[in-house]
This record gives sequence, structure tokens and C-alpha cells, in this order.
Amino acid sequence: MNEGRREIVQLVFVLVGLIFLVKLFFIQVLDNKYAELADSNAILRQVEYPFRGLITDRYGKLIVYNTPEYDLTAIVKDIKNFDSAKFCQVFELSREDLRIKFTEMKKRKEYSPVKPTLFIDQLSNLDFARVQDRLDEFSGFYIEARTTRAYTTSALANALGYVSELSKDQLERDEKTFYRQGDYIGQSGIESYYEEQLRGKRGVRFKLRNVKGVEKGSFKNGAYDTLSIPGQDLVSGIDLDLQQYGELLMKGKSGSIAAIEPSSGEVLALVSGPSYDPNLLTGSKYSSNFRLISNDTLKPLFNRPLMAQYRPGSIFKIAQAMTALQEKVITPETRIRCDKSLIGCHAGHDNQDLRGAIANSCNPYFLGVLRKMLNKGVSNSPFEDTRIGLAEWNKHINSFGFGSNLGIDLPNEKGGLIPTPAYYDQAYDNRPWKFSNIYSIAIGEGENLVVPIQMANFAAIIANRGYYYTPHLIKAVGKEGKPLAKYTERHYTTIDSSYFKIAVDAMQQVVESGTGQYRAQLADIIVCGKTGTVQNDPLPAHSVFIAFAPRDNPKIAISVYVEDAGQGARAAASIASLMIEKYLLGKTKRQFIEDYVLAGKFLDQKN
Amino acid sequence: MALVTLGWLNIFAAIYDETANQTIWDLSLSSGRQLMFIAAAAVIVLMIIIIDMRFYETFAYLFYGLILVLLFLIPFIGKEVGGNKAWIGIGSFGVQPSEFAKFITALAVAKFIGSVGFRMDNLRNQAILFALIGVPIILIQLQKDTGTALVFTSFVLVFYREGMSPFLLIVGVCAATIFVLTLLVPNPVYLHAAVAILLILLISFGKKKLKRIAILVIGALLISGVIVSVDYVVNNVLKPHQQNRVKVLVNPNIDPLGVGWNVTQSKIAIGSGGFKGKGFLKGTQTKFDFVPKQSTDFIFCTIGEEFGWIGSLVVIGLFVALLLRVIFLSERQRSRFARAYGYSVACILFFHFAINIGMTVGLFPVIGIPLPFFSYGGSSLWGFTILLFVLLKLDAHRSQVLQRI
Repeated sequence: MNEGRREIVQLVFVLVGLIFLVKLFFIQVLDNKYAELADSNAILRQVEYPFRGLITDRYGKLIVYNTPEYDLTAIVKDIKNFDSAKFCQVFELSREDLRIKFTEMKKRKEYSPVKPTLFIDQLSNLDFARVQDRLDEFSGFYIEARTTRAYTTSALANALGYVSELSKDQLERDEKTFYRQGDYIGQSGIESYYEEQLRGKRGVRFKLRNVKGVEKGSFKNGAYDTLSIPGQDLVSGIDLDLQQYGELLMKGKSGSIAAIEPSSGEVLALVSGPSYDPNLLTGSKYSSNFRLISNDTLKPLFNRPLMAQYRPGSIFKIAQAMTALQEKVITPETRIRCDKSLIGCHAGHDNQDLRGAIANSCNPYFLGVLRKMLNKGVSNSPFEDTRIGLAEWNKHINSFGFGSNLGIDLPNEKGGLIPTPAYYDQAYDNRPWKFSNIYSIAIGEGENLVVPIQMANFAAIIANRGYYYTPHLIKAVGKEGKPLAKYTERHYTTIDSSYFKIAVDAMQQVVESGTGQYRAQLADIIVCGKTGTVQNDPLPAHSVFIAFAPRDNPKIAISVYVEDAGQGARAAASIASLMIEKYLLGKTKRQFIEDYVLAGKFLDQKN
Repeated sequence: MALVTLGWLNIFAAIYDETANQTIWDLSLSSGRQLMFIAAAAVIVLMIIIIDMRFYETFAYLFYGLILVLLFLIPFIGKEVGGNKAWIGIGSFGVQPSEFAKFITALAVAKFIGSVGFRMDNLRNQAILFALIGVPIILIQLQKDTGTALVFTSFVLVFYREGMSPFLLIVGVCAATIFVLTLLVPNPVYLHAAVAILLILLISFGKKKLKRIAILVIGALLISGVIVSVDYVVNNVLKPHQQNRVKVLVNPNIDPLGVGWNVTQSKIAIGSGGFKGKGFLKGTQTKFDFVPKQSTDFIFCTIGEEFGWIGSLVVIGLFVALLLRVIFLSERQRSRFARAYGYSVACILFFHFAINIGMTVGLFPVIGIPLPFFSYGGSSLWGFTILLFVLLKLDAHRSQVLQRI
């Protein structure tokens, strides 16, 4: 009766073996899922961070560099014979601090008793030097080094920008998926604009790890590893001495200085006042200091040379003159009476020619000039006539780099405003408008808005007699030693070069015998400048001055804005001339002017 | 024949050695110990060959009694390892009496079957047989070593060979099917409904005799009862960790980092081996402890990862060959005792082999029993060595045995 049972038993054995082999064939040979899962289990991608590029000034002086920063990490499992009293003494902690550090560490998301976990972050160089020698007394504690940004100077903060951990938004916007959470990224200024050049390329090392995440050597002896490539160094056009001098002069004032080398468009100095020390926004102090700085009512993070929009004031009259000459509605000899019926003016002149009108900043003269330009009688309708004239006017003014972003190599630049016919249509809600509605733009008031860098560029255009290079801070990127391609392109205005001689003459006259004679005139250098006083009722006016020097073959073009400081001939003219002296001669010969600026009492004196 | 078997064993030992060496790469201690265990196993082999074959049959019941006493005492004198109090400490090594209980029970069962006047269809004899395996099961279960306790159920297959009605096996298989179905189907109401529909169909399409209908209805009620009780047992009687193991089997993805960790990681390790494997000592999953217990219960992961499907084929092939060989040896025994013993050996080996590999590839719940000759551990190696070589000893002297059947 038991026959065949042997075979059944044998059959069961073979069957089970076959079932296993089939199942194994499925999971081992047919299904790749498991192999991938195994790799993600055991292979750790370790990113090697590159050194960020350095930034130097135009003479090679270091401005921004990297400095090592040290974190103290602990592997809890390795801590043995821990002498807490000695530890507290070496690391200058109280017992309570130590206890808090331990609880904080254990609360960290990445905490594991067998992996290094952050214990004290960002020891300074000083702390590190102190604890370094005694670290071997505490088993289980390790120093991990990484680099942060450091600045040789407290100047240039707004232009340089800062570097910090990238935000969640930035991570989501990063379409090329270059960044990972926890990466550092340039957040403003040059650090942000040249992020791609500065950041370099990360290296990756593949390491094997066990179930607890402890490293067990490199994967395939590093066959797939890549080395990190350091970021490119940047050479800026900034003259660090000049920059620091500018910041000194602007101390305690609100406003800006923008100095450009006209022949190249390189920015020599870019001062925004008030400013902050960029070293405050590095390393461990970043978050607390950032809150402090960004909440400051004086807005030190507001980069005034690029972002503060002002009405251009009298300086705009030069652009008006150029435009009118180009449109041939006036000649340099055209005289217009100083008729104060529509608009006020300063005393002491009447019926001047163009140069005189610029030098004396005659308001009625330029009202007349604009009228000639906007109402040329092309159309019988005064509305249509103004519209055609304004469009032409706008085209010329825009060619000076006004009305839109210049394209400087910094983020958050503002473009100002030069009104177009469409602008007034909207402003007047599509009701008709004509010259009498808009004439205040004639003298740089009204709807016009410019930013200081545009005004410095304007000075450079006159210095160059009709063209400019887009202002830029970085004159050389990496080893190639060239600026970005767009900064090597010369932009011409729509004005014939020959007309600029009149502007140059007039600006020379301003400094030699006009409003600038008291504080902008230099003994050895012919300075060409123009004062501006931007109404700011009810507060005192903003003091504005643009200039370039020397008159022939100019080396520096500059715009200075000092907010609430009254006439342009005072604060701004003084600062601009001091900057020119500093750049061309190395130091000022007029100590009293420097003292006057540093004292900063521009409103309580006659002149 | 003995030599051939020895050859197989050597191959096993060789593979075993390698796997042990590399899984416990950074713990050279364990592999060293294992080598020592193997040496000890050789001594045991020698002893078995020297000792007269009648010794085993004669003292079977005595050993059985002794081991029962030992098993009974263990909860009081044993030391706890991995939640199971199944070890007796001797110096730094531990010995698991339950491993030897398998061998001794096999002897006792074989002796009883081989005794004069034994008839499988005798209900009293059957009861004694079940008692023989039932007592150790209960004692071992008391040590919370469910895996080893379950091994004893494999004797049922021996009884089947020796003439027990297949009814019990069929009922067992049916119960297992219903059990799995209960777990797979989220709501038992569906199962009850299915049973009811089946019942109605069977009644309407068969002869409508009262007796037949009555039997069908009782059967259906029994099945429903089983479903209810399975549901109850799984949710209320089993300990949480056992519940989880069963649930993981049904749905391996419920909790890959928690409950399902063992099986998931085990499958990842085996699956990542591919066709040819990663090569000796190149396994990342087992080497870096992703697979738990990779030198004992999950030893097969190492084979799967480092030697791939080919390696698995060889190992499974060898096991099946060994099993068939043992059956072959058993069948040519002249005494019923020897034959029953041989079948016991085959069944115990088979049970270990099937459950262990089945659990690593996710076909069976995780039950902690070793893979014969592969897993690290002295007791288990010695246990299997004794099992196998006593059979060889019996085989070598089969001609001396008088025909008693």
C-alpha cells in the first residue's frame, strides 16, 4: 500500500527546489530593481566642494578669499573616559552649555551614535588654534574643516554681496539641478552675478558604507570619482584705495559714489552709504547679523548707486542740449531770455548762449530748448506735434543709457524712467496732453528718474565725447583675463561726437567759474563737472555732482549723490573732486575740503 | 556510496567555509570558530563510525528520555540568546539541545516504527507517534523557539511514507491554503461568502441526498470556522513579532524599513547578485550588514549576492541531490528502523532547506532556522552531521541486519 509514496516524497523535494530556482531567476536575473536598491543601500555619494573663486582689485589686491572654518563633531560611540570638567575648560563652556550641546546634538535629524555629528559649529581660527593641541585628550571628538568667505576690507559690501546657504525657493528654481540642499550660493552683488564662474565644479566621491552609514572605503577604488574644480578668480576694476576713501567720505551720509574709467567702462569705485561690514555676513554669525542688517532703518543692504532712483535735476540739461543740437533746433549760439514767468531761475544772468546756460543752469533757457524740440510744427495739432517730438526726444535720451537698465554686472539694478508718449497716455488716462503739460522734464524734474550709476555713465559719455562701455565691476574672469563679452562692446549715442565739445566746454566752465568753482576746482587737473540739486520737499534737496577729469584723455568719470544735503555745489562737488584727486594724484592737497566733507555739516553755511 | 556522500559533504563544507569566511570577514573570530566546529564535526563522524550501529537503536528511548529532561530543564538553566532561551552555556560556547533533539527524536520515531507489531493503521500506534514528536514540540515551544519546534512537524511526512493515510496531509494542505487565503483577503466576509456560494453550487449540481447535503454543510461550516479561528489566532494569539512576519509575507511592502526590513533587505541582497553574482567577497549588502543575521539564518543571501543565480542553482541542486540520495539510501535499508530513520533525516533536512531558503526569497514567513551545513553555529552543524552519518553508518552495515519486515 505504500508503493509510489517514495516517488511522491521525492517529487515534493524536486518541486520545491525548482520553485526556488524559478523564484530566484525572477528576482536575480529578470528584475533589475534589486540591484539598484542594493547600490542605493551601500554606495554613498560624497560631494567634494570646490574652492570658490577669489576676487581682487584692479591692482591685484585681494578683496575676497576663502578661510577655513572648523566644526567640532562627535562620534558618540567613540567617546570614552570623557572628562567633562577639562572639556568645559578647554572649550570655554559652562556645565550647562555642555549639557545643552549634548541634547542639541542628539536632537539633530542626522544624529547617529556611530557617525560624526555636529557638536559645536564654526569654531573661529582662534578657538581652533587653542583647542587643536588638546583635542587628542578627548576621544570621539573630531575637527571638520570647511571654507567660508572672508573679506580683507569692510568696504564694497553691497557690490560684493554675500554667500549663504541656498533657500528652498532657490533650490526649486534650480532647473539644471546643480545645487543640493545645504549648498552655499552667492546671494547678491558680484557673488550672485558671477555665481557660475565663482562656484567651480563639485567633485564626487563614491564610498561604500555599511548599514549604519559608516564608511568602508572607496567604491571600485575611485574609478567613478571626479575631482572638484576650483571656481574662477575674478579681477575687479575697483581701486580698493579709492573705494575705501570713498566709503570714508560717505561715512554718516546717505547716498552713493559711482566712479568709472571712461575708456573701458570699468567701475573704479562703487560706494553705497550707509553700508555694512561684509565680514558680518559670513560663517556662524550670518543669520543673526543678517536679521540685524536687513531690519536696519537706514537700509544698509539697499545698493544706492544701482537702486536709488532720483530725478536727474539740472545735470539733465546737458543731455537736453545735446539732443537739441542733434535735432538742429538750436545752435551753440542760440540765446534765449531768462523768462521766469513759467519757471524759476537763479539770479545773475540773462539771455545767454548754450554754454552760458549750462554753466549757469538757466531753467527758462532749457524750457525754451525743449519747446523747440517738442513743438517743431510737424503737425498742426499741438498734441500730435508734442507726441512726435517726445518720441524723438526719448530716443536720444535713451541712447545715453537712461530709461532702462544699463546692464551692469550686479543684480537688482533699476532702470529709472524717461517718459514716452505711451507713458503720458497712461498717466493722463488717454486724455490729450501737450507741451504745457509736461514741460518740467526740460530741467530734469517731472517724471524723469535716473539712478546714480547712469549719471556716472553719463559723465563717461561726455568724457568719451559720445560713447560708453557698459559699466562693469569685473574686468577679468578667470585665466582668460577678459571681461564678459557684453562689456567689450562700445555703445554710441545718437548724438554726433562734435556736439560734445560744447558739453565739455560748459562743464569745464561750471568748475572754473560756475557753481563748481569753490569746491570742485583742482590746481593741477582740469575737472569738468556739473552740479545738480534734486528737489526733495519738504526735506532738504539731494546734493548731486557729476564730473570727469582730466578734460583731455579723461581717466575717471564720477557721479556723487548725497541725500538731504542741499546744493550740489557743496557736499557732492566736494566729494567728487576729492575722489578725482585721490585717484589721479594719490591724495588730496585740499585738506580743508576733506575736513569739510568729514564734518558733514553741509546745510548750515552760506554759499 | 558512503564515500560519495562524504564527497558531497566536503563540497558543502568547502562552500560553507568560504561563505563563512567572507560574511564574517571583519569578525575573523566567528569564521575561526566555525572551522573549529567543523573539526569537531569530523571527530563526531569518527565516533559515529566507531560506535556499533546497534547502539543507536538500543538506546534510542533512553536518549529520548534524557533529551526531554534536558529540554524541560532549559528554561531554568539555559542562557538567553536572541530572545530564545534555548542555550546551555559551556564556557564561552553555547549548545542548543533542541538541535540534538531532532536527531534523537528521529531515532525514537524510527525505533517505534521499526518495532515488532507496529501498524500504522492502528490508532493507538499513531497516537504514540504523534506524542513522540508532540512532547518535544511543546517543550521547545516553551523555549519560544518556534522555528525548531516547527521542524518536528516534518515527521508527518515520514509517517506518510510508512503508511499513514494521506488524509491528514491533505487536510493540512487545505488548512494552509485557507490560512493563506484568510491573510490575503482583507475582509473574511468575502471568504465566508465564497464558501457559501461553493456550498450552494455543490448542493445544486450533485445528487440531492440528505446525507450528502448534511456532510457538505458541516464541511462548509468547518471551513468557515477555520477562517474565523485563523483570523482570531493571527490577530489575537500570535505575538506581535510573529504577526508581523506573517503579514510581511503576505505583503512584503507594508513597511520596508521596519517590520519588512529583513525580507526586503534579504531580497535586495539576493536580487542584486544577478546571473553570475558579484564575485567572492564582493557582496556589499551582506558585507555591510544590510542583511540581518547574514551568517546564520540569512546565509543564503551571501550565496545569492556573491555567486548569483548560478551559485544558487549549484547550492539548491546539491541540496536536492542530497535529499534524493538520502531517500535512495533509506529505501535500500533492510530494517524498518533504518528506513524510517533515513526518511526522518531527509524530512528534517528538507524542512530546513525549504523554510530557510523560502524565507530569504520571501516565499515563507521569517522563521529562524538555519540552513543545514551553511549557517554559522556549532550545535546545528553537529546536529546535521550526526543525523547524516548515523544514517551512513546504518547503511554501511545494512547487510548485517536481519530482515524484519
